[in-house]
Order: sequence, then structure tokens, then C-alpha cells
Amino acid sequence: MDFGITSFGAYVPRMRLERAAIAKAHKWMAPGLAGAAKGSRAFCSWDEDALTMAVEAGRDALGATRDGVNAIIVASTTLPYSDLSNAAIIAGALNIPQSAASSESTGSQRAATSALVQALEAGKDGTLVIGSDKPPSKPASAQEMSNGAGAAAVLLGTSNVVAKYIGSASVTVNFADHFRASDESHDYMWEERWIRDEGLAKIIPRAVNAALEKTGLSIGDFTYFVMPSMTRKAADSVAKKLGFGGKVADGLELDCGLAGAAHPLLMLANVLETAKKGERILLVGFGQGADAVVLEATGAGARPGRGVSGSLADKYMTDDYLRMASFYDEIELEWGMRAEKPGKAALTEAYRSSFQLSAFMAGKCPHCSTIQFPQLAYCVNPDCGKPADSFEQVSLADQPAKILTYTADWLSYYPAPPLFVGFVQFDNGARLLMETVDAPTNVVEVGVPVRMVFRIKERDKIRGYNRYFWKSTPLTV
Amino acid sequence: MASGIRDKVAIIGMGCSQFGERWDTGTDGLLAEAFNEALADAGIERSQIGAAWYGSCMDNANVGNSAIPASVALRLDGIPVTRVENMCATGTEALRGAAYAVASGAVDIAIAVGAEKLKDTGYGGLPTGFKGTLNDLWMPIGSAPAGFAQLAAGYRTKHQITKEDLKRGLAHVSWKSHQNGVKSPKAHLKKAVSMETILNAPMIAEPLGLYDCCGVSDGAAAAIVTTPEIARALGKKDMVTIKAIQLSISSGVESTTNKWDGSHVINTRNAAKLAYAEAGITDPRKQISLMEVHDCFSITELVTMEDLFVSEEGRAVHDVLDGVFDADGIVPCQVDGGLKCFGHPIGASGLRMAYENYNQLLGRAGERQLESPSIGLSHNLGGVPYQGIAAISILGLHS
Repeated sequence: MDFGITSFGAYVPRMRLERAAIAKAHKWMAPGLAGAAKGSRAFCSWDEDALTMAVEAGRDALGATRDGVNAIIVASTTLPYSDLSNAAIIAGALNIPQSAASSESTGSQRAATSALVQALEAGKDGTLVIGSDKPPSKPASAQEMSNGAGAAAVLLGTSNVVAKYIGSASVTVNFADHFRASDESHDYMWEERWIRDEGLAKIIPRAVNAALEKTGLSIGDFTYFVMPSMTRKAADSVAKKLGFGGKVADGLELDCGLAGAAHPLLMLANVLETAKKGERILLVGFGQGADAVVLEATGAGARPGRGVSGSLADKYMTDDYLRMASFYDEIELEWGMRAEKPGKAALTEAYRSSFQLSAFMAGKCPHCSTIQFPQLAYCVNPDCGKPADSFEQVSLADQPAKILTYTADWLSYYPAPPLFVGFVQFDNGARLLMETVDAPTNVVEVGVPVRMVFRIKERDKIRGYNRYFWKSTPLTV
Repeated sequence: MASGIRDKVAIIGMGCSQFGERWDTGTDGLLAEAFNEALADAGIERSQIGAAWYGSCMDNANVGNSAIPASVALRLDGIPVTRVENMCATGTEALRGAAYAVASGAVDIAIAVGAEKLKDTGYGGLPTGFKGTLNDLWMPIGSAPAGFAQLAAGYRTKHQITKEDLKRGLAHVSWKSHQNGVKSPKAHLKKAVSMETILNAPMIAEPLGLYDCCGVSDGAAAAIVTTPEIARALGKKDMVTIKAIQLSISSGVESTTNKWDGSHVINTRNAAKLAYAEAGITDPRKQISLMEVHDCFSITELVTMEDLFVSEEGRAVHDVLDGVFDADGIVPCQVDGGLKCFGHPIGASGLRMAYENYNQLLGRAGERQLESPSIGLSHNLGGVPYQGIAAISILGLHS
């Protein structure tokens, strides 16, 4: 029986910054950046991180069903918590059964491909592998231009396989092309030419050749070569060195940028959207060694609702360099005394209410059918008012909804002003006050359709704790 | 149905501090100003007060929790003092407690006193509050203007009014109050403001600009209540009695179900029905001589005109522009300048509004005096339009 990828999904932040705006901001001290000022890069809004992006990619991959998801592995180098399972928070938001196993893969740009190799080798049905990364970059660095952000997810199994697993190989080499200590906020990079010639060009072929040997295939048997790198040229030159004559996969440089450890999966997800039956894919991850994964498209199986193409098309373009700098904590702006608001969350309450907060569960009253959030002790319908004990649980995460009321609040402390806040009316009757995010000012209006996104609700900077919840965003901007 | 408290309680003395940025005094000083005036007005001694209700909302910016700070500040020795807090309805809630104590016969004379010190925070606007452990985990942050500004979106959508027309109506609400505030010595803002300035002010929460928002200030107000019989025994001739005090509070219907369209405030309508029934008012537009309504924001006042059944649904914006609520209009509203000019020291506001009605009814309103008013209504809206508290008190001349 074939085992492989049974569904896949992706997420790229809607926020995009023109690279020319980055180059312009630093022109006075780094005029050379102008040479790389093509296209735009994705950047996370203040309320997005590797965790929230992982949820969005996971939702895209899973679609409407959670049946058979037995394990979740999250790969990233920028997960918000060091000692608190990010995967558990993601699993909760994705409404994956609590019986599922959860783990994280981190520590290198190879985190996602290594997690994928391990899961493919284990061959267990219902394993969800998510790569998600928000690579940091120092202002005016080459990485600030080349980096992006994003996430991709693949579900592994045996039914309706999209891409069969053929085999894989890995090499581990302590090649320190760049590094970031655990308590540091930025990478330290060595010379790019050395990385290209001594690292990519020599280490990747070792893993690829090992994989070819294992699978009994030759490089000519592949249609796609999927290799993330800071520059398109690096992938081309490795492909040439391997004697590869097929399609070097789009590195998504022009409208996303390098999404750190998530990038191999993001590029793979992009290829899977159009790969035809029988086309073989050589997926490579690089970082202190290399992984090479051999897959074969079936032309069958599920395509994601959004995918990479949908994510890239859904963009809110800006040329405010300082907006990104502020969202990434590269500059500290004067937010006024309102920003001093205490943000301590009661962990007891968070756990007690996680049944409704994590996966955005409304309760449906069995007596009057009123769907309501939050779920309190009694039904909210004044003509009913019965106890909530037997409420049916209905997630609002994927329910169609529209804006009922709104305002653009310039007074509250909000890291991405103005704060759009108002009532969201769900078609199923539920209603609650929500933030509307990632929206330019002329888009939010009464009646505008919105979808739900999992985001940081509030950052407790004193204690270093983010509370997460759901927000709304216009379907299109 | 219960008989209510109509004409069972008389107000025999009121006081109101100077409102404003009172850098010179703390809450104790504000309380004392209102207290002194009320005692003098009633012509009684502190020792004659049998019980006190103290209203304050933001203990973090005030003198602290409980009734102790007020009891200590006013040296209320050996009598029951209760602190009440019901957001912006706090002042009216204090009056309700005192009135119920008198109406029940529990005490002969009671005092309601409310105060708020908002200018010790270091910034403009209201301090951000704690919403409860569960709400804080999911409910969006949002300023007070953001809560009320949403009424504008709901109102213009329901009544098919353009943003520009509504904005003009809102501007008139504020323009009118600023006109009135000029004649109010105790107001914080005593300056007329042009329509143009109001319309072009910086945006706070769309569509509310700076002048669509009430001031933020320090202040206190107090009312001494007793039965009409005791009032007469104390030598009071012209007497203001309480015709009604009613409250209505959300149960979550507006914010959690689709039974509300976002264009009005259900609680105000509920409280108005209860208060009119208690006071015996059947035609509010004709019977009410003046109103002090909760104009925390211009949109709140505009919508309240409909919710109090003074304007027909969808007509408030036209009534406002026609001057119905101007000082010389059919139903003068915010004759003293309202929250717009007094600012909104939360615990004090309900009592400050009653103070204007009381003085107007007794013919003591100076430059602002209306011609022989007989019924004055005050209205507070606590919380937000979709989850809040409406409080209405109706005062009238005792017949």
C-alpha cells in the first residue's frame, strides 16, 4: 500500500513589504541593498508567530475533518516557547483529538525536512507535519531583504495519497554557515560565497546521491528539484552540479521570501499543487547536513483550499518599513501609558476554558438551538435560559460570518493601529465582539465577509506569555 | 405590579463640586465639596444622616475599594456606609440605594454621594479595566469610544443614513452642549466650539472625533434624601421628589445572539419603559421638561433620544439638526453642558445630572434656567451599548 502525503496546506502572512522600501530606509548606510530590491517579502503582523502560522497551515491541510489525526510534529526555529509545548497549543487550536501524540523539531534550517523524513520512515497513518518559521533579521542585513515568513503542513497516510514516499537519505555535517544562540535575537552569518561553494554545493549532493542510491533512481528520473536557499542561483547551481535537467522549483523569493525552516515544505506544497501523476520530486533540506526526500506525485488526492498560490495571492502590500520593524521588535516606539496595561493571564482560567477558547467552540443549546459564545452556565436565549450542561460543541473557526458593527479605534493601545473592533455575525446565529486584523482602512465595513484566524490576543511582555485567541479578517483585501 | 417609589422620597439637599482637572485636590476633597453644599442646602447636620451610599467606579485610580475611604473622608461616624459600583450608572445607583433606604423606612435621612478622580492617571481618557479572567482571554481590548462608536455603524446601516449626514448630526449634539456649557460655572469645559472645529477634529474611534467624546475630569456630587413628611417637618416648601429610578442590565442577548441590530441600546428602552411606568409618564416628548442623558459620546446621546421614545426611530438625527434638544428646543437636553462639558467622573455623573434637574425644578439654575420645568429626566449608560447598564432617574416637583 502506498504511504505518503495525503493532504497539504500552506500559509503566508498577508502583510507584504516592498523590498524597495527596505532598501530605501537603509540607503544612507547600506546603498548596496538596492541591488536586491526586487519584489516584496512577507512579514508577520504583530500578532503572528511560528505558532499561529502553523495553525493556519494545519487548517489548510486538514480541511474540515480531524478524523484519524494521530500525531502532530511542529518544526521551526522560532517557536515562542522554550518550555511549554507549542505543538500542544497548535493541536488545541486545530481541534486535534487529545489522544494524538505531539512533538517539536527545531534547532536548524533542516528542522522540517528532518521531521518529515522521520515521520515518513515511521510510516504511521495520520501524522501531521507542520513547518512554520518567522526568521528574524537585523535591520539592514541581507537577510532582512531575503527573509519572509510562512508555514506549510502535510498530513501523512495511506488513503488518497497525493505524493508517494519513495525513500530518503540524510547526512549530518557540522557546517556552521550561520547560527543563532538560544538567547539571541538575530543570526550571525558567514560569507555567502563560502556557504554556496563549500556548503550547499558539496553537502547537498552527498544526501541526494545517497537517496538516489537507496531508491535505485537516477537524477534524470525527477521532474522537480525543491531546494530552498537565499538566492535562486544557489539552487540552480546545485541542480546543475547534480546534472538535473528538470524544473528547479520556485523559491518563492519574489512575493514571500525565505521562510526559514518552513521553506522546504512551503516550496514542496507549491509544487504539489500542480505536480502530475508519476512526476517525481526531489526535496532537499539544508542545515548542518542535508536531507533528501524522494516523492512521487499521484495526480490524485485533495488539494488545499488556499495552498501556496492562494496564500501568495492574498496580500496586503505596504511600503512602511517601520511597520515591519516595529512588528518584529526591532524598534521601540512610544506607545504611551496605555501600553502599560497589565496583561497577566490566569492560567487556571485558561485551562478551565480551553474547551471553548482553543478551537473556538460555541455551544449549541439542545432545547432552543441557539449557538452561543462564550459558553456560560445557562443558555443566553431569554426565552430559554436552560442549563448549558448538554450543549453540543460547534467550532466557529470555519463558519461563514460577516461584520455587523465596527469602528477604527485610535485610542486604545494596539500594536497595529487602528484597532478594528466590532461584532462579527455568524451565519449560524452566533455573534461576538472580535478584532478584525490585516485589513487596510477602506476595507472594513458593515456586511463585509470575514474568516477566522488564530492569533496572539495579547502579549504579556512582563512575564513573556502570549495568550492566543481567534480574530476575524476580511476574506479579501 | 409593585407600587414603586414615586413621590415616596424627597431630595432636600444637593451638592456638586467644581468639575475639572482638579490637580489641587484628591477624592476626599472632592467628596467634601459636594457634601458641604448638600448639608447646607438641606439645612441639616452630619449627625442627622442615618445611612450613606458611596458610588465610585475605578478603585485603581481613586481612593480604594469599599466604603471606608468615603466614610473616613466625610467622617461618617457609626452609620452604615455602602459602596456601590455599576460602571457609568454608579452615581444613579448610589441615589437608588439611598432612596430605597428611605422609602423602606429603614432610615429617615440618607445621603448618596459619588466621586471619581480620573486625572491621577498621567494620561487622558479612562484607565483600561480588567474584564474578568475569562473575558480577558478572548474579548478584544477596545476603548470606551470604540464600544460606542459601533452604534454609528449599526445606526446608519439600519436607517440608511450616509456617513456624512450622521457625522453632521453628531456634531450638532456636541455643538449644542458646548453652547450650554458656557453658562455652567461648575463645568470643566466652558467654551463654545464651532461646527467646523467639531467636524474636523482628530479621529478617536471612527466616526467619533475628539469633540464627539466627553471630557475626562474629576468631580463629586451628593444628594440628601428623606420622606416628604420629614422634609415638610424640616420646613421644606418647594419640594423635589423622586418619580422613578430604574435600571436595566444586559443578559448577553445583544452581544451573543442575533436578536439585536447594533443600532440602539436595548437597556435604555427597557429602563425607560420601567421608569415611565413608575413615574406615570405616557408621552415623554410632551411631559419631560428637560433631560440630562448619558452623552459620553455624541452618538450615545443621539441614539438615546430614540431609546427614550422622545424621537421616533430613525428620526433622532433630524430632530437633533432641527434643534429639538437645544436649550430653546422642545425637549432641552444637557442644559448644563452634559458630560460633554462636565466631563465624566464616573461615580459622580449620575448625581451631577440629578443636581441640574433638581436646580432647574427649583428655579435655581441661574443663566441656564428654563421656564417652569416640572419633570427632569437623567439617564446613564454604563459599560458598552451591547453589554451594559442603563439607569434612569426621574425627578419632579412634588404636588
